Amino acid sequence: MTGMIAVLPELILSGLACLLFVIDPFIPREKKTWVGYGALAAVGLCALSLIPLCGSNLTAFSGMIVLDGYALFFKALLLSITAIVIAASIRYVQSERINLGEYYGLILFATVGMLFLPSAADLLSFYLSLELMSMALYVLAAFMRKDPKSLESGIKYFLTGILTSGILLYGIALIYGLTGATHLGTIRAYLAGGQITPTLVLAIVLLVAGFGFKIAAVPFHMWAPDVYEGAPTPISAFLSTGSKIAVVAAMLRVFVFGLESAYNVWWQILWGLSVLTMTVGNVAALLQTNVKRMLAYSSIAQTGYILMGLIVPSEAGLSAILLYSVAYVFMTLGAFSLIILICRTNMRGDRVGDFSGLARQHPMAAAAFVLFALSLVGIPPTAGFVGKLFLFKAVILKEFYWLAIFAILNSVISLYYYFKVVVAMYMEEPTGEIPISSSPGLTVALGTMSAATLGIGLYPEPFIRAAQSAVEVFF
Amino acid sequence: MPILSLTIFLPLLGCAILLFLKNEKAIPQVAFGVSIATMVVSFALLFGFDSTSAEMQNVERASWIPSIGVDYFLGVDGISLLLVLLTTILCPIAIASSFSAVHERVRAYYIAILFLQTGMIGVFLALDLFLFYIFWEIMLVPMYFLIGIWGGGRRLYSAIKFFLYTLFGSLFMLLAILALYFLNQNPAYGTGVATFSLLDMYKLNLPRTIQWWLFLAFFLGFAVKVPMFPFHTWLPDAHTDAPTAGSVLLAGVLLKMGTYGFVRFCLPLFPAASHDFVPLMMFLSIVGIIYGALVALVQTDVKRLVAYSSVSHLGFVMLGMFALNQQGITGSVLQMVNHGISTGALFLIVGMLYERRHTREINAFGGLASRMPIFAAVFAISMFSSIGLPGLNGFVGEFLILIGAFQYNKMYAAIAVIGIILGAAYMLWLFQRMMFGPLDKPENQSLPDMNPREIAYMAPLIIFMFWIGLYPKPFLQILDPPIMKIVQRVSPEQIQPPKIAVNTAPLASPKAPAPEAP
Repeated sequence: MTGMIAVLPELILSGLACLLFVIDPFIPREKKTWVGYGALAAVGLCALSLIPLCGSNLTAFSGMIVLDGYALFFKALLLSITAIVIAASIRYVQSERINLGEYYGLILFATVGMLFLPSAADLLSFYLSLELMSMALYVLAAFMRKDPKSLESGIKYFLTGILTSGILLYGIALIYGLTGATHLGTIRAYLAGGQITPTLVLAIVLLVAGFGFKIAAVPFHMWAPDVYEGAPTPISAFLSTGSKIAVVAAMLRVFVFGLESAYNVWWQILWGLSVLTMTVGNVAALLQTNVKRMLAYSSIAQTGYILMGLIVPSEAGLSAILLYSVAYVFMTLGAFSLIILICRTNMRGDRVGDFSGLARQHPMAAAAFVLFALSLVGIPPTAGFVGKLFLFKAVILKEFYWLAIFAILNSVISLYYYFKVVVAMYMEEPTGEIPISSSPGLTVALGTMSAATLGIGLYPEPFIRAAQSAVEVFF
Repeated sequence: MPILSLTIFLPLLGCAILLFLKNEKAIPQVAFGVSIATMVVSFALLFGFDSTSAEMQNVERASWIPSIGVDYFLGVDGISLLLVLLTTILCPIAIASSFSAVHERVRAYYIAILFLQTGMIGVFLALDLFLFYIFWEIMLVPMYFLIGIWGGGRRLYSAIKFFLYTLFGSLFMLLAILALYFLNQNPAYGTGVATFSLLDMYKLNLPRTIQWWLFLAFFLGFAVKVPMFPFHTWLPDAHTDAPTAGSVLLAGVLLKMGTYGFVRFCLPLFPAASHDFVPLMMFLSIVGIIYGALVALVQTDVKRLVAYSSVSHLGFVMLGMFALNQQGITGSVLQMVNHGISTGALFLIVGMLYERRHTREINAFGGLASRMPIFAAVFAISMFSSIGLPGLNGFVGEFLILIGAFQYNKMYAAIAVIGIILGAAYMLWLFQRMMFGPLDKPENQSLPDMNPREIAYMAPLIIFMFWIGLYPKPFLQILDPPIMKIVQRVSPEQIQPPKIAVNTAPLASPKAPAPEAP
């Protein structure tokens, strides 16, 4: 019975997703929007089920799944991502003529996989949740069937995805061979002696590579810009926030909890990965003229910042990751939502030039983008600043000064490309009327994200406390 | 009555009012009204201000982010009081100068200026390093838009250059702030409390090598803003391409945030490092003075000339400060105010010319004095104030700075004097080329003289030029105690009785009338 309670949110959501698939054929083509609202309601119900679970600490299915404060923190965050993505999709799928019920069903199944990831306390349950999430996302990336770019995106994502799964499985197999277990607690106990063997190093390298692919860390990032550019924009947003944050959540549990004794091996690999990721991401973003590709590289760079916290897995480092994740989600989704807002039929609205003069015609939308851009750079008083401050604080406490200096230089670089869009919006003349495809859902979502980005920047206290208490499970 | 919070947030409230104001025509007036109200509120600081105390006054403190020890912590002492008043006086003037200059996107323009004002005042009043950093960064945004949207020339390039340079420096400062935060929690050095309070940090006792690194990080943050040679290259671009009001606030207030940062943070937090870096700082200041003046000499654009003169003048400010004695620092802080007044006035003058002729090329003018007598008089006074003619404000500051520098090193003082001579050269030459000679350009023959509005907003600046020049005592008195405290901390061996500092020079006596022509 505890088992069922521990997976209650996932159960509710997968049940409702199945229901959605069953009802979908009976809904006429022009009323498919209702499926979207249905999916939104499902996410809401699932989120409600989190409330009574607050403060619980459950272990279920022979320790494969745990439900603790850490998992709940991420589940709440992931559900808000899904809700925003669905709200932003409703109008988008109409204008792109992909208004099919499966779209929402697949989003919900991907979400179920994401919800399981922070709870996975066993390498097998981790792998299964990852596959559940990825399978749904492969289809979603290729959802615009008539658009070759979208199909290319889906295939690319699928091929790199299964390659990644193979690499991860190889790593998991080596760990199993070494310790005789897939359960993180057992692995941790086995490694507690601190013996570093070549097999362990190889396993860690493979795991880092596997995780690196999934979170698009350099040099495993090549798929990301193409996939983000081709996929339907809400799905790009979903990939860069939901799937990334869920995998980061699982990664923390695997490395900080399971492989804690091998810290001396993996921090060095992650240090290089972090610096490389933020630098390559930012420099490549400088060269982009397509806003979606630019945001793809920017989200690669942001991954580099998130990894900084994992290099110093103290309470400060981990809570900084959680805090930065919250900030990252709102500002990235916000930036993607604005592309969705500009996008309309036959005009993708994702070149920098498409934003020319937006500030004159739609001042609120332009102002919202400035807010998200400032937050992505890390300028106060925004959520991104608070997140970065905590990351810097954590690495400085452990005296990783060079890491902090790399991050600073990267922040300065990033200002330039985010503000290329701002320049277009505010300082260039509009080339013509810019119609925007706003919808109530998208407007509410944008308002929420702007309020969150600014609100967390001005009064971060509750979020800091939530993040700090969520990572207590590791200490 | 939280006067400090009111001074900071009244302009922000004004932004909100402007955002929802229906009547487009009333926007400039409302913005002006808000800035005047802010000025009046800031004058209230003068009542009950104890100018004999070195302590922070009107302190407001409330817990903000308790989990990391961030407080909303404001306070004012003599140094910040003068700079806040400079800001609140320059803002209405900048707004008044924009009435006829800005016709596009008026609402956004005045919102940007008022938002900028909030940031600037906040920087001078914040006593919590976290809060300080927020104000410090937040004002980059409105300034960026002011240059980028309403600027001229290569406005996009200048705007992003300004933003990137400043951000680069300030992020290093952020790291240093975090390092200070942790050092203060270490009982070996500090109070062991998790706080960002500046007053707690003052009690730190740091080893020399740590001080060096932190000094360098803060130096990067502040030196870009001042700007010190070789970090000055953003300044001529930003000043030249900004709209008039932007240049006035940029030169008048934003640059002072850098020098204020040195006085408020670098000197008292890292006294040993400050001493060790004196030769370097002196050298960079001297290079800035001479280099800025030489480059100003060859400019063909009036605004660029004034911009380069700022590099030179700010070199003086830094020279006086790093003499690390009472006279030097007093002169340095006073010169911050003086530079704000005189360079602000010069930018306003350039703005008036630009509005009339739509060019800033020096060669396009000539013989204006006969056509625009009031303008010529105002220009002459501002120019002499900038040169440092006795009887006007610039002289007092430069004199104190030279005394301070002389005590440290006679050679440096001597080179700085060359800078003053060069300053007189480029300014007088500029004046001569523009105002005298034949009125031979047909476009110039029908230029109108200053109108009442222009006279009205120049008048307060002219009054302050004479006031500080002829009777600087009240200003020096206010500065004395807080600077004494800083000197005590930085160079305890140099403490002299305050009497000497106040009466350093026969400053008040010479009543040299400001000549109208050289």
